[in-house]
Formats: sequence, structure tokens, C-alpha cells
Amino acid sequence: MRFLFKTDYDDDIRLLPHSGYVFSYGTLLVLLVIAPFVLSSYLVSQLVFVCIYATVGVALLILTGFTGQASLGHAAFLAIGAYTATYLQQFGVPFELYFLAAGLLSGIVGAIVGFPALRLQGIYLVIATISFAFIVEEILARWESVTRGNEGMRVKTLQLFGAAVPRDSPAFYFLCLAVLILTIVGTLNLLRSPTGRAFVAIRDSETAARSMGINVSLYKVKSFAISAGITGLAGCLFAHKLSFISPEMFTLQLSIEFIIVILIGGTFSLHGAVLGAIFIVMIDPFLTYLKDDVPGMIGNLAAAFGAGSERAGHIQDSVAAAASANGLKGAIYGIIIVLFVLFEPLGLYGRWLKIKLFFQLFPLYKRATFKRQKLYVKSERNR
Amino acid sequence: MSCFRAENLSLHFGGLKAVDAVSFAVEKGEILSIIGPNGAGKSSIFNLISRIYRPTAGKIFFEDQDITEVPAYGIARLGIARTFQNIELFENATVLANLLVGRHRHSATRLWQEFLFLPSVRRAEKEHRRRVEQVIEFLDLEPYRDKLISGLPYGVRKVIELARALCTEPKLILLDEPSSGLNVEETDDMSFWIRDMKSELGITVVMVEHDMSLVNRVSDRVIALNYGRVLAMGTPAEVQGHPDVIAAYLGV
Repeated sequence: MRFLFKTDYDDDIRLLPHSGYVFSYGTLLVLLVIAPFVLSSYLVSQLVFVCIYATVGVALLILTGFTGQASLGHAAFLAIGAYTATYLQQFGVPFELYFLAAGLLSGIVGAIVGFPALRLQGIYLVIATISFAFIVEEILARWESVTRGNEGMRVKTLQLFGAAVPRDSPAFYFLCLAVLILTIVGTLNLLRSPTGRAFVAIRDSETAARSMGINVSLYKVKSFAISAGITGLAGCLFAHKLSFISPEMFTLQLSIEFIIVILIGGTFSLHGAVLGAIFIVMIDPFLTYLKDDVPGMIGNLAAAFGAGSERAGHIQDSVAAAASANGLKGAIYGIIIVLFVLFEPLGLYGRWLKIKLFFQLFPLYKRATFKRQKLYVKSERNR
Repeated sequence: MSCFRAENLSLHFGGLKAVDAVSFAVEKGEILSIIGPNGAGKSSIFNLISRIYRPTAGKIFFEDQDITEVPAYGIARLGIARTFQNIELFENATVLANLLVGRHRHSATRLWQEFLFLPSVRRAEKEHRRRVEQVIEFLDLEPYRDKLISGLPYGVRKVIELARALCTEPKLILLDEPSSGLNVEETDDMSFWIRDMKSELGITVVMVEHDMSLVNRVSDRVIALNYGRVLAMGTPAEVQGHPDVIAAYLGV
């Protein structure tokens, strides 16, 4: 175990507390930089999606994890960013401008959504944000003069500094990675300054936050705006990555995917957003594997255990049918959420911290260290 | 000049008169205790001052300024801090983070500056930290700086809440039952701190308290309430000897 001897207040402000962090994050950065030159184009493309999902995850963490305001409407903010970018691109607006415009417009809409949300809490806020997402989806489908309705819009190749950046080039990957890293660093900065602490204060006790001089309404709106703005920026990249956008891409399922990103990763740290994004992006290849390889494997297994060839073929067919059933993805998401909420509310990052502590304290780790217990000291009276 | 003044302050919930035309003044630099049986309206008065409730009638003044219509978050900015009867700390944050939230009313950095963590933000943060350390030293909280609130015992939380209120650098502090749930030794510490707050930091203190020995030790004046009305006002000895107060407590 490492003990830090602090001699300056800067020691508590620093983002990387000691050389161990510098080494591990430095190594990670080097690996990420050489990744597009050694990995297959498929994996690099998956990494791009991880970057985009993680950016949205960080945005959602600001709102849900740190300010305590749940949102199931982030697909709509993503859509606003994506459509703004695509629409402006048609008129020859340069990337630098429409990228910022996507974030700005989405942020403004986020602030507007934040106002009615001031009066809502918990499940009611979730319902309000879902309805907002449905409204946006409907507008995208109906406002055909701008969005071309359900036909969707083609997104032209990204032009940056006079050079084309195709959606599967390493340059595009680096762009997404840069946006993710800037988002993470900016958010960390925010969290170590008064605004971030005000967010956490609102999450834990609005009454106490108010009595400390925090304008709760203002900070909730700020949180909504920042979160939506970052999501809008990610939406612009998302549109370029897909090269085609239509309203049915931005459904409730996408919002739920974002919630899963932070729920699985862990809602108390930005690491959670990245881990959750990796997890959610890996589900698709997993489903493909389930469809393509697993039925054959089970059929062979059945044959090996002495089932007749006809019977083995039958088993293989029914497994294949189950694996390609509609809504399997939704069902898997549901099961994952339930399992994580029940058994690991702190998410993958929380699990990692526990494992780390186990080895730090070995052999003195106590099994009850993270046993959940209820404390009856918090008042619900002054809500 | 009085530090704080309430005039005909009333709070009615339908027919229930939780606070009924209460008037009192707090002088600068005094320690005023509010006592009374359960449900007498003591905490309601605090909640009226910190604007969690809106008064049905009456006015409140702070340093001769009418603050009846000031929003709840504006109260702290004027220099009034409070603690809660049932501890309202930010559970999932460290002690240090909790205390730094107390510095919120003194922060002037802008959002974009914070996003980039400019040198000005860093300088402001270190200044906040320096002030917080003074409070930590004043209340002997050094061992707990980096601990999460959710893992701390009740007595320590009570002190941390006091510390958080002190971090706002208030002129007037409202303590809602500072000794509830504390053992004898902790109550002793609390009484020293309350007196030090007055003498060293020059803060005016208004507290709601049940523990009469603590009230006797620290208060300059006492107000006794029952059914939302003022029964008696004066020095601790006067109030305790008042026939109406004895009747209210003993039910004679």
C-alpha cells in the first residue's frame, strides 16, 4: 500500500495524485494512440463507438451521477446534435462551426428541458424526460422540410482543416478520442471546483444545499445544459460515424443504453462511463456470436452426447431461433440492469476498487467491508 | 442595532398555529436559546428564518434589512448559517468536500474558468481550502478530512455540520439542537465551541436546545415557547423560574 505525504494543498487538487497514476494513464494513452495502426479496422470502428458512448456517458454522469437528476431523454439530445450538424453541413458550414453549434443548440434545449424538471423528482422526472425524447423523435419524423422525415439524411464526409476525414480512418478515431479526453478532463475540472461540489450537494440534500447559499434551480438547469451540450457534441460525431441518420435511430432503447452505460460502469466515478461504454459496445458482437456460432456448437454438443442427428438438428434450430428472436437485445439489457442493481450497485468500477482493496490489504481483507447496511439518521422531513 | 429581529412572525398550517405572532430581537454578539416542549414551534421558527417555510404573517429583519422575501439560497449569502436537527450532510462526499460546499457563497469563479481550471480558479480553491483548514483546526476535525460522511459516527457528523456552517463565515448562526444525540463529553465540547464562536469569531448564536444544563452554561438570554407563543423571555434563571414555563413543562 502506498502512503502519500501531503505538504501542499495542491496535492489534494491534482488530477493525478502520484507517479503511479501518471504511469498507468500514460501507458493507456500510448496504447490508445498506437491502436489504429495495429488493430483491425473492425475493432477500431468499435473503439470509435466506445469513445462516443463514453462521451455521452460522462455527460449523463454529470446529470444523473453527480447532480442526481435521472434522464431517459439523452437519445433526444444526441439526435439534436446529430441533426444540427447534418443540417448545417449541407450549407457548407465548416466542421469547427457546426460541431460547436450542435453542442450549443443541444445545450440550450437541455436548459429549456431543465426548467420544468425543477419541480419534478425521481420517477416523475424520468417520465418527463421520456416524453421529451418522444416529442423530439416525433418532430424529427414530421418536420420533413428540415429533417427529411423518416427517409433520413445522408451525412457527407467530414472535412477538417481542408482535408477529408473518412469515418473509418485513424484520423476520425483520434478526433473522437480527443473529444472524449477533453470532455473527461473538463468534467474533472468542473468536479473539483465550486460548481461540481454544488452538483453533489444538490444530489445529497437539496435543503442543506439551499441553506449553504446554493441556488438549487440555477444549478439544476446548469447541469442539464452542460450534460445536453456534451451529448450534442457526441451527436455530431455519431452522425459522421454512421454517415446516415434517421429518427428511428434515436429511440428510447438508445436512451436506455446510455443509462446502462453509467449503471454498469458505476455512477460515482467517470471511470464508470468508459467501462460501461466498452461493455455496451461489446454486446453487439456478443449477440452476433450468439446467433452465428452458438447454435452450431450446441448442436454438435448434443450430437456428442448421443442425440440422434435428427434430434441434434432440431435442438440446433430451436437454439438458433431463440438467439435470433426479436427483442433479445432488450431482454438482455433488462437482465443486466436487474443483476447490476441487485448485486453490484457500484458497477464495474466499484467491483474493480473492491478487488484492488483486496490485494492492497491482503491477507487482512475483511469480508464485511462492503456489506450494505442501512442507516436511520437521515431526515426526509425538510424535502 | 439588533442583529436579527422577528416581528409578529406567524406560521399556520390550516387551523394549526405552529408559530403564532412571535416577536423577538437578537443583539449582536449574544447567545440566545429557544426552549419549549415538543411541538412548541422552535424548529419552525428556524425554518421560517432560513426560508424553508414561508411565513403566514409577520416580517423578519437581518441587520435592519427586511429579508422576508429573500429566497432560501439568499439567506446564506447574507451571512446566516444553520444546522439541522436531524443532520443534513452530503452523505456520499468527503468531509473536506462538505466543508468546501460551505465556502460556496464566497466563490466567484465562472463556469468556463472552472472547466479549464485556470490559475485563478486554482488560487481561489487554495484560499477556500486555507479557510476550511482554520475551521477544521477550530473544531478538531483533523482525523476525518478524507473520510466519507456515510461512514462516520453520529457525534462526529454533528460537529461536521457545525463546521460546515462555520465555513460560510456567518454573522448569525442558527443551531437546531446542537447537543441532541451527543454524550456528556461531546456536549461539554459543544458548549465550549459555542462560547468560543461568540468570543473568538464574534458570531451571534441562536439555538434551539432541550438540554437545560447546556442552555444555562452558554446562553445570555432564553426564550420559552409553547403552542407557538412566547411564554417568557429573559436570563436563564428568570425564564426557568417563570410560573408559565413551569406549568408548560410539568403540566400543572
